[in-house]
This record gives sequence, structure tokens and C-alpha cells, in this order.
Amino acid sequence: MAPSDSLAPALSLRGLTKRVPGGRTLFEGLALDVAPGEFVAITGESGAGKSTLLNLIAGLDAAEAGDVAIGGVALAGLDDDARTRLRRDRIGFVFQAFHILPHLSLAQNVALPLVLQQARAADALAEADRLLAAVGLAERGGDHPAQLSGGELQRVAIARALIHRPALILADEPTGNLDPQTAERILEVFTAQARGSGAAVVLVTHSERAAAVADRRLVLGDLGLVAADV
Amino acid sequence: MSEALGLAARWMAAGEWRAHPGRVVTAALAIAVGVALGFAVHLINASALNEFGRAVRTVNGEADLRVRAVARGFDEMLYSRLARTDGVAAASPVVELAAAAPKAGDLTLIGLDVLRAARVTPSLVASQGAGPGAVASQDVAAISPALLAATGLRPGDSLSLTANGRTQAFRIGGVLTGAAEGQKLAVVDIGRAQWRFDRLGRLDRIDLRLAEGADRAHVARVIASQLPADAQIADAQTDARASDNLSRAYRVNLDMLALMALLTGGFLVYSAQSLSVARRRPQFALLRVLGVTRRALLVQVVAEGLVVGAAGSVLGLGLGLALAKGALALFGGDLGGGYFAGQTPDLVFAPGAAALFLALGVAAALIGSLAPARDAARAQPAVALKNLGDAVDPRAAPGAAVAVLALAAGAAAAFLPAVGGLPIFGYASMALLLAGGVAAMPWLARRLLSPLRRTSFGVPPLDLAVQRLWGAPSQASTALAGVVASTSLLIAMAVMVASFRGSVADWLEQILPADLYVRVDAAGQGLSPDVQMRMAATPGVARAEFARTAPLRLSPDRPPVVLIARAQGWDASVEGLQVGPSRSPAPGTVPAWVSEPYARLYGKKPGDVIQLPLGPKGAVRASVVAVWRDYARQSGAIAVSGVDYARLTGDRTASEASIYVAPGARLETVTSSLRAALPADLRSRVQFAQPRQLRAFALGLFDRSFAVTYVLEAVAMLVGLAGVAATISAQTLARTKEFGMLRHVGVLRSQITAQLAAEGALLGAVGGIAGVGLGFAMSQVLIHVINPQSFNWTMQTRIPLGLVAGVGVALVISAAGAALIAGRRALSADAVRAVREDW
Repeated sequence: MAPSDSLAPALSLRGLTKRVPGGRTLFEGLALDVAPGEFVAITGESGAGKSTLLNLIAGLDAAEAGDVAIGGVALAGLDDDARTRLRRDRIGFVFQAFHILPHLSLAQNVALPLVLQQARAADALAEADRLLAAVGLAERGGDHPAQLSGGELQRVAIARALIHRPALILADEPTGNLDPQTAERILEVFTAQARGSGAAVVLVTHSERAAAVADRRLVLGDLGLVAADV
Repeated sequence: MSEALGLAARWMAAGEWRAHPGRVVTAALAIAVGVALGFAVHLINASALNEFGRAVRTVNGEADLRVRAVARGFDEMLYSRLARTDGVAAASPVVELAAAAPKAGDLTLIGLDVLRAARVTPSLVASQGAGPGAVASQDVAAISPALLAATGLRPGDSLSLTANGRTQAFRIGGVLTGAAEGQKLAVVDIGRAQWRFDRLGRLDRIDLRLAEGADRAHVARVIASQLPADAQIADAQTDARASDNLSRAYRVNLDMLALMALLTGGFLVYSAQSLSVARRRPQFALLRVLGVTRRALLVQVVAEGLVVGAAGSVLGLGLGLALAKGALALFGGDLGGGYFAGQTPDLVFAPGAAALFLALGVAAALIGSLAPARDAARAQPAVALKNLGDAVDPRAAPGAAVAVLALAAGAAAAFLPAVGGLPIFGYASMALLLAGGVAAMPWLARRLLSPLRRTSFGVPPLDLAVQRLWGAPSQASTALAGVVASTSLLIAMAVMVASFRGSVADWLEQILPADLYVRVDAAGQGLSPDVQMRMAATPGVARAEFARTAPLRLSPDRPPVVLIARAQGWDASVEGLQVGPSRSPAPGTVPAWVSEPYARLYGKKPGDVIQLPLGPKGAVRASVVAVWRDYARQSGAIAVSGVDYARLTGDRTASEASIYVAPGARLETVTSSLRAALPADLRSRVQFAQPRQLRAFALGLFDRSFAVTYVLEAVAMLVGLAGVAATISAQTLARTKEFGMLRHVGVLRSQITAQLAAEGALLGAVGGIAGVGLGFAMSQVLIHVINPQSFNWTMQTRIPLGLVAGVGVALVISAAGAALIAGRRALSADAVRAVREDW
């Protein structure tokens, strides 16, 4: 895989166009640069294509036109395996539905990205325990997901997204399944940990409160990606 | 796969197995049962064959080369010529007779020149008690331990031996220590044998030991050039091939049948893996998002299946070994075919066979895991992550391309010839048809359910059931793969057995038209022309037809064919049994009617000229007039007229008689009169039987030979049913959210239960239709390809409608029952919260 350019944006979109089956255009000609360490929130109405945009950035979907580059590495021209390795090394994910594997312990869930990068199990699990403590789940590494609440599960997901020190974190409605109080706490944890890691963050959300923590707010709509205060 | 990905895969697999151990155990057990059955059958047959071969070697000894009579012996002058042949170090003349003894029944009697035999085949003279010299003098016999036990006598006692119609008492001089277990064998001096049993001037065998450094092939050629038409040359290898060929097709067919249980196990692994993959779709999607490649995911799923297969195979080997040991101890070495009757062989462990069955078990699991693994790898991660329930898209019409390809390949394979006398392509055809049939299940399910879907029954549970199954036909395939496989195999075997039995029963009606049958046993000399006349003139006898049967060895590495000479000729008697057209005999040839097995084994057809080694003047040219159906003599039979036979051989005796009773005469009276017409010394050597007794005996043998088949089929069916129950259960338990939604909108609990029962019944019906249709197609391969290529006989198709209907009903009931039971658990409040969902 081509090495990243340290001066390049953490994420760069150029002329991105996506249509859905049936011919409707979701967005056309999107452009966006996210600097390393920058926190960007994207809001928009349901059906605007926010999650689709995240899938395109992650290389999980293909656009009809345009380019996506992660740390200067263009996804176009990479085959599926190469895109998969790029995700493994440079991107962390936080999902609305948490997606914590029920049959693994909390520590194993968090350690998974490091294990996939060929880290030794002992080292990965130790780092996982450290991150679990950082998100407020100290000494819980041996527990299983069934023993946790929704908020606790999302903390585990945040720890998993950070353990391999990704250059870019993609968060899709991370507080969407949480009650307001829990959502507030999770937002604090997520913001603190993400900023502390130095990773760039693209957060997709309906929540004004969640969007408010970002350095830059964008709205995805008929006009494409525009600043929120336009 | 890198070590890192392997660690993640181990975590995933261990987690899955901890959460659902029941399903893993079920799949492993299915493989274990298949491997156990196949391995046990193979071990039993191998052990029996080994013992059979040992018995043959005991009788034949360890000669380098052997000259054998083709029919009824050859001139003993041949011995001196061969003994002087360059390259021959020693020659041992042998007389070999079918004999009998009181309480012991049939046995083999060998007459040896003991001193010469000691140089060529010492195992035939190795004995406890009297040494070799004792047998050479007077009427002394060395007998095998089995014969000693059967007679209840001890060394030194007198033993009456009957052979070739003569009875003579011998003193038991010693015990043959080298005889195989269960083998009844007696060795006497050759001069005594020839004199006492009317074989003066005749030999049945000459065993040869070659000189050190002699070129075996060259010596064999020189000897062959000196042989008359009634003798042929053989060696240990041809002997082994002949005895192996006798039972090879039967053993291979039984092995294939046992492997069907393994095949069913493979389908069960497919079902289990498919379910596991479907349930873990979001997890696999997450792994793909986190950076696991498609190939790594495919390897993981396949590896999980391989572990299950390996565990099941190892367990199966152990079970199979125990099963074989137990079966040999309890039932002996005969699995019903009659080839190894009377044997209680020791278990012979075959490491090669163990490795093969281990590999087959693992391969079954591997094949069962490939399709689910491919599905897991191909799933779109972004889509799969969003789907929190079933990933079912009713718009996706199931394709049939793979199924059509497999079915077409299967049909094509059925037309290919046998390989080495085995129906390899026939088995391949069955496997391809099976794979194609299972692959066609989603398409078939949708086609069968489409008319129902367009109809509204007005019964919500039934409408919901139809709609659900129509929309998710692949799930039907997953649930039914194992049971469709075992059902179709059961139907195929049932149709074949019914066809075979029906054909045999019809054949028996045609081949046994007389009122009474008389047979002289092998130790008897036969019915002389005078005796035949007296029998024909017996009051109450309207007509008597006589025949002589004798073995005829046409090929050294094949069992002998049976020569049947019938005084009344053959045209009329084969009319109802004839297969194909007839041809007039060529000028100067003897007309011959050959059996279907002979025609297929030796590649002959009406109009062909064959050589029959009859009579002292050499081979006789005979024309094949017609081929007739014969289920009694698997090695083949050749029928000639009694007049031709007597002219060529000088033998006017008969070994069989068919008696037609005059109207009004009582059968019992005629039987007594016929017995009285026999010479006194022949009466104990003759059996009388009525046609119904013979038919019952033959059909009893038939049923017994298929008893093991029925057991194997039942096991395969049970494995399949267990699979459908487990799979339906798992699919139902995975739909708790769906049921919760239905309950929210007002569907009653009883209505959901009824829906599940309807789904199960519809699944069972679809599976039954598929299984019966596929089974019928496969039965045609069995009837028209595998049976003819294996056993060289053909039959007419007959369908056991009762059994077919019963299997279909059983399938519907068991599938509905499994869905009902699983549904009750899924609807219970505890089940919704349960972590463990094992069956």
C-alpha cells in the first residue's frame, strides 16, 4: 500500500457523485478536505445520503464519479483487498448499533483491530484494557457484551475505534440509540478520546448537540455539502 | 492466512462454538455416523475377504504356477510332461473334489502326492499328529480343525467321506494346522482319492515350483503351449483376482451405500454452516469493515467446517472400529450377500482405509462449508451491517444454472462405460444428480409455491406461511438439503430393490415351471441314464426333464461359469427369459444360449462364436444363439443341448431333474415313488424341492442380502431428519423479532404456531416432492447403469408406491413437528431472553 503523505489532508473528496438504484442522484460533485486532527460533523435530512457518504469514504461502496483519498492515498484504482487493508490500518469506526461481537469479551472486542494488524495477543489485550479504563470501563475486560448497557457498549465501540491509532475516525450516529443523558456522556467520552488521539473525525448525526462539539459543521442536502451556517 | 488473522478467527470460532455447542456437535456427529458406517462396512468386508483369500490360499498352497482343469479334470499324463519342463524344479499333482461328511455337510477333498506336495506346497501337508508319510499310506486323512469340530470326531477316529458318488471311510491321521478358520478341508493320498472316488487317470490340478532364477513369464509361456484345451495356467495373482472378482462389485456397492450416510452428513454440515453464516452476517460485515479480506473470511468459515469435519471423522473412525469388531464377533463376516457365509474372521485393521475415510469425512465437511463460506465472503458489508434481521430479498429470483449444469453432467456420466468392471461413472452420476437436485431446491420451492402464493386462502397463518417460504426459498434449501439427500437416496434404493425383487420374482416364476425339482449334491455322481429312465417311468410323472450342470473355467482370473446341458433343449425354455434378439447358429458350430451376466462379462452377443473347452479333443466352437436373463449365476452360465453335451463329453449323467406331475396325481406320492426309484447309495445325496420352496428360499436370500442396505438407508434417513429438525429449529429461533412484531400487530400466539406448522409442512412437502423426483431419477441410474455394470444383470422398473407415499408423509409430519416444537420455544417469554438456543 502506498505510504500516506504527512502533509496531505486526512480525508479528501473531489467531485464525488453517487446515484441510487432507480436513477435518483443522492449527491453530485461533492468536495471536502478534512485536515489531520480536525473534527467535522455532517448533518442532513433522512435519506440525504449521510451514511452512504461514510460508506464511500470507507471504501465500502463505489461512487459513479469522483475521488476519495485517505491520507493522500486514492481509493480509486485500489482493489477490494487493498481498500480493506487501508480500512484496517487507517480508519476507526463507531456505529449507531454499536456492533460489538456478542461472543467475544470486551477486551477481545476492543483488541480486534490491533490483532488484525498482527499484534501479539498479549500486547493487544493489554492495550485494550488500557483503553477500556480510559473510557470508564476499567477492570471490565473479561466481561461480555450481554452484561453491558447501551451506553457502556458504545464506550467499548469507541475504544475499539481508537486502539490502532487510526488517522481517520468515521462515526455514524454514535448517540442515535442512546437516551439523552447517556448520549451526553458518550459524546463527552468520544470527543475527549478522539481529540486526544489526534485523529481526524467525520461524525454523521441528526443531533444538534452532537454536531455542536465539532470544529466544522456541514449539511448534506440538495446543494451538496455546505457549511451549516450558510 | 496470517497469524494475526488466525488469532481473530480462533476467537470468532471459539465464541461461536461456546454459544451454540449443540449445533456444532450435531454436525460433527453426522459426519461421525457417516464415517463410522463406511469404515465399519469396509473393515468387515476387508476382514472377510482376507479370510476368504486365506481359505483359497490354503486350498491352493503356495505354488509359483498352477495348471488347473477347465471343467472336469484333465489327463494325468500331462503331469510327467510338465515335471520335465525346463525351469520347473518340482511338480505336485492334485485331485480336488467337492465332498461331504456326516454332520459336517459340504467340504473340499484334496488328494495329494504328499512327498511331492511337501516340496511345492508344504502348507497343504503341515499337520499336527501324523506326519506327511501317514497320509501317503492306507486310507488316512488329515483334516482341518473346522472339519474336526463339525464332525465331533478326534484324531484316530474313522471319518466317512463321500465324493463323486462314492463313499469311503478314512482314519483321521492329523490336523491341518494351516487351514483358514471355518474352512472344512480334508487331505488324502492322491492315489487313494483317484481310486476310491472314481478319478483314475484324471487330475484337477498340477502345482509347480520353479527353479531358482527361472524366468516365470517364459516358463509360463512354455507350459501354456503344452496344455490341452481342458487345462489352463494360473498363478497366485490370478487366483487372487478370481476370488476378489467374485465379491468385488458387492463390496464396492456396499461401500458406496455406506458412504451415502457420510454424504448426508456433509449436507448437514452445509445446513449448519449456512445457518451459522446467516446468523453471523452482521459480525462478518463488521470484520470486513475492520479490515478482514474476503478471502480471509472465506478461509475462516471453511476452517470452522474443517475442524468440525476432522473431529467428527476421528470420532467416526473409533466408532467404526468398534462397530466392525462387534459385528464380526456377533454376526460373522457376511453382510448378507452370501459371499462370506460361515466365516468369523478376525478384524483386519487397514490404516490406508482409515486414512481414506478420515479424508472423506473432512472432505464432506469441506464441501458442505464452501457455499456458505462463499456467501459470507461475498456479502456487502455496508448492507449487511444495516440488516438487523433476515437478509431476505423476495425480488431476487433463485437461479437454476448450477443445478442444470450438475444435472446435465450427471445425466451424461450415466452413459459412460464401466472402469475396471466398476460403475465409477455411475456413482459419479448419482453424486452429480444429488448435488444438482439439492442446488435446484430454491428454484423448485419457488415454482411449487407460486400457484399457492397467487391464491388467498383466507387463513392468515397459511397465507403468511406461503408468503414467507415463497420469499425465502434459499432458506428452504438450507433446511432441507440433508433430508432431500437422504430421502432421494432412500427412494432410489427402494425403487431399485422393488424393481430387482419384482424382476427376480417374475424370473423365478418363469424359470421354475415344473411341479417338483430334483438335485444331486456336488458329492454325488449324478443320475445315470438308467435312473433317468426309471424316474421318467415313475407312476404319476407326466414328464421328466434332465440336465447336467458343471463348472467351466474359461478365464484364470475369473470365477468359473456354469455349463448347463439340458436334454430337452433350450429354445422354448428361454423364450420368456430372452434378452434381445436371437440368431441362428453358424454352420459347424454347437448352439449355445448364454446368460446375461456371461454376455456382459465376456462381451458376447448373439451371432458370436465362442470356444468351449469340452471333451478330450480340444475346444469346441459354439455359436451364441440368444442371451437369457439369469439372476442365479453371477459369474455367468452357458446352456447347450444335452445331446451335444453327451456327444462331446461322453457324459450322459444328469445332476438335476424337473418333474411334471400328471393330472390327479398327488405330489407327495410321486416324490416318495421317485425317491424309491433312486439307487440306495444316491438317496442321501439327492434333494427334492417344490417350486414354492425354491422361490421362497431365493427371495429369502434376496431379502437377506439387502438387509444391510435397509439398515444403512434408515441411518441415512435418520441423519437427514435430525438435520431438518435442527435446521428448522435454528431458523425459527432466529425469528424471535419477527414473532414479536407479529404479536404487536395482533396476531395470536396460536396463529403464529399454526403458521410455523404450515411452514414446516410446506417445507416437508417441497422436500418430499424433490426427494421423490430426484430419487426416481437416481433409481434409473441404479437400475440401468450401476447394477448392470456391477453385477451384469438388468431388470424392469417397478415403483413401490406405498413406501414412496409413506416417506413423503413422514417427511411432512416430521418437518411440521420440528417447526411446531421450535416455534413454541421461540414464542415463550424465556426463550426471547435466552442466551443459549441449542436444540
